[in-house]
Amino acid sequence: MAHGPAKGIGRWLFATNHKDIGTMYLWFSFAMFLLGGTFAMIIRAELFAPGMQLVKPEFFNQMTTMHGLVMVFGAIMPSFVGLANWMIPLQIGAPDMALPRMNNLSFWILPFGFALLASTLFMEGGAPNFGWTFYAPLSTTYAPDTVNFFIFGVHIIGASSIMGSINIIATVLNLRAPGMTMMKLPLFVWTWLITAFLLVAVMPVLAGVVTMMLMDINFGTSFFDAAGGGDPVLFQHIFWFFGHPEVYIIILPAFGVVSAIIPTFSRKPLFGYSSMVYATSAIAFLSFIVWAHHMFTTGMPIAGELYFMYATMLIAVPTGVKVFNWITTMFRGSLSFETPMLFAIAFVILFTFGGFTGLMLAVAPADIQYHDSYFVVGHFHYVMVAGAVFSMTAGIYYWLPKWCGKMYDETMGKLQFWIAFIGFNIAFIPQHFLGLAGMPRRYADYALQFSDWNMVSSIGAFMYGAAQLLFLYNVIRTIVAGEPTSEEKTWEGAEGLEWTLPTPAPFHTFSTPPEVK
Amino acid sequence: MATDSNYYVPEESRLPVLAAMALGLMALGAGLLLNDGGNSILLVGAALLVVVMYIWFRTVIRENMAGMNSDQLKRSYVWGMSWFIFSEVMFFAVFFGALFYIRTLALPWLGGEGDKSDMIHLVWPEFTAQWPLMETPAQAAGSNEFVGPDQNLSFPGWDKLMGWLPLWNTIVLLTSSVTCHFAHHAMKHDDRKKFNIWLGVTVALGIIFLVLQYEEYHHAYTKMGLTLESGIYGSTFFMLTGFHGFHVTMGTFMLLIQLIRGLKGHFSSDDQFGFEASSWYWHFVDVVWVGLFLFVYVLA
Ligand code: HEM
Ligand SMILES: [Cu+2]
Repeated sequence: MAHGPAKGIGRWLFATNHKDIGTMYLWFSFAMFLLGGTFAMIIRAELFAPGMQLVKPEFFNQMTTMHGLVMVFGAIMPSFVGLANWMIPLQIGAPDMALPRMNNLSFWILPFGFALLASTLFMEGGAPNFGWTFYAPLSTTYAPDTVNFFIFGVHIIGASSIMGSINIIATVLNLRAPGMTMMKLPLFVWTWLITAFLLVAVMPVLAGVVTMMLMDINFGTSFFDAAGGGDPVLFQHIFWFFGHPEVYIIILPAFGVVSAIIPTFSRKPLFGYSSMVYATSAIAFLSFIVWAHHMFTTGMPIAGELYFMYATMLIAVPTGVKVFNWITTMFRGSLSFETPMLFAIAFVILFTFGGFTGLMLAVAPADIQYHDSYFVVGHFHYVMVAGAVFSMTAGIYYWLPKWCGKMYDETMGKLQFWIAFIGFNIAFIPQHFLGLAGMPRRYADYALQFSDWNMVSSIGAFMYGAAQLLFLYNVIRTIVAGEPTSEEKTWEGAEGLEWTLPTPAPFHTFSTPPEVK
Repeated sequence: MATDSNYYVPEESRLPVLAAMALGLMALGAGLLLNDGGNSILLVGAALLVVVMYIWFRTVIRENMAGMNSDQLKRSYVWGMSWFIFSEVMFFAVFFGALFYIRTLALPWLGGEGDKSDMIHLVWPEFTAQWPLMETPAQAAGSNEFVGPDQNLSFPGWDKLMGWLPLWNTIVLLTSSVTCHFAHHAMKHDDRKKFNIWLGVTVALGIIFLVLQYEEYHHAYTKMGLTLESGIYGSTFFMLTGFHGFHVTMGTFMLLIQLIRGLKGHFSSDDQFGFEASSWYWHFVDVVWVGLFLFVYVLA
């Protein structure tokens, strides 16, 4: 089995190697990140000034919808699956993923699924325009015809996620090297194990809800239509029963990456390892029982409002444990601030900020004011961009030298960090102010008093967008012309099996499992 | 924990990318079919998927027969199948959840219970909640957008028990779970003949169930005015039993394949995973039916 990769395009089409598949996932998600980013730039350009300048309102709605869908399902989720593919076998001492052919299938579904989704932009009636949350009846009675492509696209993308997750679970439970007990697993592996469980649990729920839509639209059922005895609110309950765990699906692997990086650059072991594992499990459990905090204004019995309010606030406890552990790991460490560490520290600060705005939103009576305003947009970009995307960026800088045996340009990395960090905050802090002042989300135009902050926000967004191009350039430059490195440990403070391997990591690793003491 | 050092990483394979392409074609084709009518892309995709799946499973079976599968890989297959079934459980949970929500919360609210009753009475003044829902809110308001069924399939009373199809379906399916277990037991003692007989009986019972279910649907559509369009009772009824019926079809097919393999002598007491996986699936489909029988038919 000592053969290397196949030649030509077949290497990628027919891949069974976890590293190749991981690489494809990462590049695909980056392409989707740029596509979703383009949509975001169009949104921010239109909102740069009041009035309608660039696009028609109908197209604006398609942009907000496609931006959300592409970023969540095309960029963030596949990027972490890519990281999982690369790192989980290396971190547990396994030769590959447990089910390598299914691994390839999970990946290759995605380009087909997203090509289908994106092609709706060019079809009659235009792309989905009902928001990434696709509430009925907007997405059923009032949807464009292309909604059927959206539904089938979601079906196959969901199948990809389920297969990917089953693979990860089987790998972690079954392929650990001798001596690698569960409580020795690196946190990235732990957080992914729990994420994969969440995915297997809730992707079928998403499939179910789009199936009900499909039936309501095409076959005359009345799940979401009160005239037939159904209820549009039912849609929201099912969607958020998927949707809230989904946001933790997005953030938990990010926690894992940060938990790997902070100890390395603090040159101290992670503080409170086991409490991290328990906190992650607690968050995953709670994520199933808080969904209706997205529905405070939809209407619920008062007992429901209260229950969902308190249950949501409970999530702050395990989340707080994690933030405490990251900070305590840094406390009195011998810190250095390479690019991955900068992104990881920014993650801790900005994610905490997003957690706090989440707590504000969790207060039911207050949320009646905040709901569907730009405040919510601010909140979830702090957790999803400064959370998941910053952590992803940190992870790529952190492991890139191990993957390709080349060192990235530190100056350019830091430059990218500062542009991204400053741009991000300029883009999204003002959105909180706008929301509190009453600006609703998902509108193509706004009242004049919102002009100044919108302009500021757009400038920040363009800055953040530019930083991504710099990132792309830096990664390509590293791969093509980076300084070669063959040190096993790229970072002298790094611990873990992946750093015992040669650099760059050979095509096949751990064909014989290592002994973990 | 890993003990085998000769973990088998398969060669490059053309199958997965073809399967992905098949799924992509099917998604595209299904969308085109619904939007523009008649279209062959769906069929092409489905045909490709069938061919790929056939070759894929054949490959896996051959690898196993050639002794290429380590104990570790076999465990991976076990985990894979178990978590797949768990995802199916969650899929059914959605439809059951929708049923419970409609029955216990949404319909009573529509009928005027709860603290929004004043407003509801403005929108649907004539509607009274009941389950099974025989008269839809639209009907109560004088529209025929959704027309409730003339009859429903709930428990008909003790005197009509013997002619009640769902009861027979339950008996058939529960029996098939037992015969499936007998087959497993037989193979554990390497009794191939018994295995084949019991598995054959199981497959036959599966087919009987499907025939009965078809009867029921036919009756519902032609005699009872119960269709997908007859309000939320019809929606939940057909979606729950329909997806279940689809799974029974899949399960029967899987067991049939195992029967063929059994006749070819593929299994032994320590190597019968293909059969075991199918039988777990079968038991799962059975458990779902018990839920359906209780919540869709009996407690109505
Ligand atoms: C302490 C933790 C958190 C709390 C208490 C919290 C709470 C909330 C609440 C109450 C809302 C609904 C606001 C409204 O629509 O009026 C909300 C929205 C949202 N949250 Fe969080 N959140 C937390 C963490 C996160 C994380 C980690 C993510 C993702 C990585 C996330 C992503 C989102 C998204 C995407 C929305 C908006 C969904 C939409 O309507 O489009 N949140 N959050
Ligand atoms: Cu939530």
